[in-house]
Amino acid sequence: MSVELTGAEITVRCLQEEGVKYIFGYPGGAVLFIYDELFKQDKVKHILVRHEQAALHAADGYARSSHNVGVALVTSGPGVTNAVTGIATAYMDSIPLVIISGQVPTAAIGQDAFQEVDTVGITRPCVKHNFLVKDVTELASTIKKAFVIASTGRPGPVLVDIPKDVTQQKAVFDYPSSVSMRSYKPVSEGDSQQIKKAAQLILSAKRPMVYSGGGVILDNASEALTELVHLLNFPCTNTLMGLGGYPATDKRFVGMLGMHGTYEANMAMQYCDVLIAVGARFDDRVIGNPKHFYSEERKIIHIDIDPSSISKRVKVDIPIVGSVSEVLNELIKLIKASKEKIDEHALKEWWRQIDSWRERDCLRYDRTSAVIKPQMVVEKLYAVTKGDAFVTSDVGQHQMWAAQFYRFNKPRRWINSGGLGTMGFGLPSAMGAQLANPDGIVACITGEASIQMCIQELSTCKQYSLPLKIINLNNRYMGMVRQWQEFFHGNRYSESYMNALPDFVKLAESYGHVGMKIEKPEDIEGALEEAFKLKERLVFMDFITDQTENVFPMVPGGKGLSEMILV
Amino acid sequence: MRHIISLLMENESGALSRVAGLFSARGYNIESLNVAPTEDPTLSRMTLVTVGSDEVIEQITKQLNKLIEVVKIVDLSEGDHIERELMLVKVRAIGEDREEIKRLADIFRGSIIDVTDKSYTIELTGTSSKLDAFLETMQRNMILETIRTGASGLGRGERILKE
Ligand SMILES: Cc1cc2nc3c(=O)[nH]c(=O)nc-3n(C[C@H](O)[C@H](O)[C@H](O)COP(=O)(O)OP(=O)(O)OC[C@H]3O[C@@H](n4cnc5c(N)ncnc54)[C@H](O)[C@@H]3O)c2cc1C
Ligand SMILES: Cc1ncc(C[n+]2csc(CCOP(=O)(O)OP(=O)(O)O)c2C)c(N)n1
Ligand SMILES: [Mg+2]
Repeated sequence: MSVELTGAEITVRCLQEEGVKYIFGYPGGAVLFIYDELFKQDKVKHILVRHEQAALHAADGYARSSHNVGVALVTSGPGVTNAVTGIATAYMDSIPLVIISGQVPTAAIGQDAFQEVDTVGITRPCVKHNFLVKDVTELASTIKKAFVIASTGRPGPVLVDIPKDVTQQKAVFDYPSSVSMRSYKPVSEGDSQQIKKAAQLILSAKRPMVYSGGGVILDNASEALTELVHLLNFPCTNTLMGLGGYPATDKRFVGMLGMHGTYEANMAMQYCDVLIAVGARFDDRVIGNPKHFYSEERKIIHIDIDPSSISKRVKVDIPIVGSVSEVLNELIKLIKASKEKIDEHALKEWWRQIDSWRERDCLRYDRTSAVIKPQMVVEKLYAVTKGDAFVTSDVGQHQMWAAQFYRFNKPRRWINSGGLGTMGFGLPSAMGAQLANPDGIVACITGEASIQMCIQELSTCKQYSLPLKIINLNNRYMGMVRQWQEFFHGNRYSESYMNALPDFVKLAESYGHVGMKIEKPEDIEGALEEAFKLKERLVFMDFITDQTENVFPMVPGGKGLSEMILV
Repeated sequence: MRHIISLLMENESGALSRVAGLFSARGYNIESLNVAPTEDPTLSRMTLVTVGSDEVIEQITKQLNKLIEVVKIVDLSEGDHIERELMLVKVRAIGEDREEIKRLADIFRGSIIDVTDKSYTIELTGTSSKLDAFLETMQRNMILETIRTGASGLGRGERILKE
């Protein structure tokens, strides 16, 4: 005879069955029974954050750095509304999360009850799917569905809203090992005719370009991508979300593309004759104005698991709906078997062209400056960590310098909010990355404005002994905002100066961490080495950087990719 | 161009708001929308009339398909189809107008389903443009109120939307 469990017990048992190691959350009335069950077991470890936004970012950083589903638990009302920014952040970057939220008891729903919000309604536009569980007998299968939906197809956050009375009611616990949904059947295999056509087009290319994005990371397809690019000797660029999908130190890598992409990547993108887009979505920050992108004739192959990503902003010639790894492996087979060969002469010419663009040395900066250049800090961080760190970032100039100057050779090492651009993401996501990679080195590159948006998490880091290294590129400005004001608003720095900054060293110390202030370029390396030697400690490194430095190259909004502002 | 999109979806409370939310969030037009359960009570069938360029319609169908509760979807306007809409019109009907209105209703194959000494209520089905045409023939000031269901439709012959 099977025993009956309460909804709260069922919830926790489901998480155990899914092999969830960490759940990031914050308690409150509606989830008290669930917290009670968490208390009684030790398989799922709860990480108590200091703000629900951070719970979501931490679960998100955990997912991005490990390829597991991240899990968060929040209470009804303000717990949920605080979590929304984190949910939307994960949604925009297609990160698999399951969010369990408490809800007022079923009978109180719709009565403007204490701490009631329409959670399903509020989160609907920023989740892959959400559920309100009104019947305890459907709880286990719903949670299973949530994990399946979150982690398959194009991943994304899925929320399960559980009214308090449902956590008290009892049902037989039976966790399904799989669920089938007639209305949800993601495909992963690409159409073989389309793949054949793509292989032919690839082999006929004279000026080819591989443009890959977050889909390669999400699908763990960087090996397949690397194999294909090596096989063909084509140039390869990554989006901000795709960094690490192709090794950045390989000579075929031409850097990131887009608004702050390299000259060579953007020019090659604009002037190629065959473009192979792999798990990337032609974002406006990437191709600039589609009208300008159209001005050059080229054939486009687009591999993406989500049909709605294809031909959304740019019409493509060979759409292939499928998972990156399956399609790339198929392509590799066809290309290897094909009698047709690449036009080596044309390819050599194309590489010559690309190399001449490279000579512009578009990322150069003044290495002799007496004040700290932010780029140099990232370069030194790369050197000191031997390129092996997990690097999270916030949003702003520092994010772009991190992307440009830390050369990611492996996937899942670069963790940032690309789609939503959420300031406050860096520190909590680093906590998640550290928990997912207890032996890994985790650095958070941030700015003095962004870090203050989730600074309270220094306390969480203390509680769980998370030895993060925080690299604060302190330019006393919302640098990215200031840069736009300098370029496009007549140098009127409206509200972008960061006044009344805290003493970050003392601040870190008051949370029980180590603080360092670095003001001279010659001290950068030594300070970093010292900090990374403190393996057990969180070190907050406050780098006082050049206030006037800007991110280059830059494609101004509305312009075409080849119309970059260069240094 | 005008498209009639027909979808089969889970008969669940949140499904309709997901579809409606998608249209408002992405700035798509909805001219009309109707929905009711099918012979299988776990499924609902919705008909949506929208206008947009080919690119927009392509995105609309792709985005609808992505909704977890949507089981199947077809753009009826892509092939042969039958379209029907139901309209009820209440008109002022006094004196000699009564005869004239009855004649008009007959021409459009409408039927008068409610009568008072001052008004008629006419029931009319047909394509949306036929209903438009009927309204145009009525004098504006005679119409007291109208209600329309929005178009419903099915593919012709073997074109079937099934789970
Ligand atoms: C301040 C700032 C500046 C920025 N500047 C730049 C810039 O200069 N350059 C730049 O590139 N970005 C920049 N961005 C980021 C930009 O906003 C987008 O987030 C980013 O370009 C999107 O990357 P992506 O195209 O790789 O798509 P992602 O958002 O990573 O989407 C992944 C794609 O892969 C698909 N996919 C998912 N899983 C699979 C699978 N298993 N198989 C196949 N396909 C799959 C998805 O359907 C989706 O289409 C900037 C952001 C900020 C905040
Ligand atoms: C939550 C949030 N609010 C506002 C913005 C707009 N914004 C983008 S970058 C930026 C400034 C960031 O300043 P800082 O963290 O100091 O980084 P810097 O650009 O100086 O390196 C702002 C306000 C945002 N991205 N996120
Ligand atoms: Mg700053």
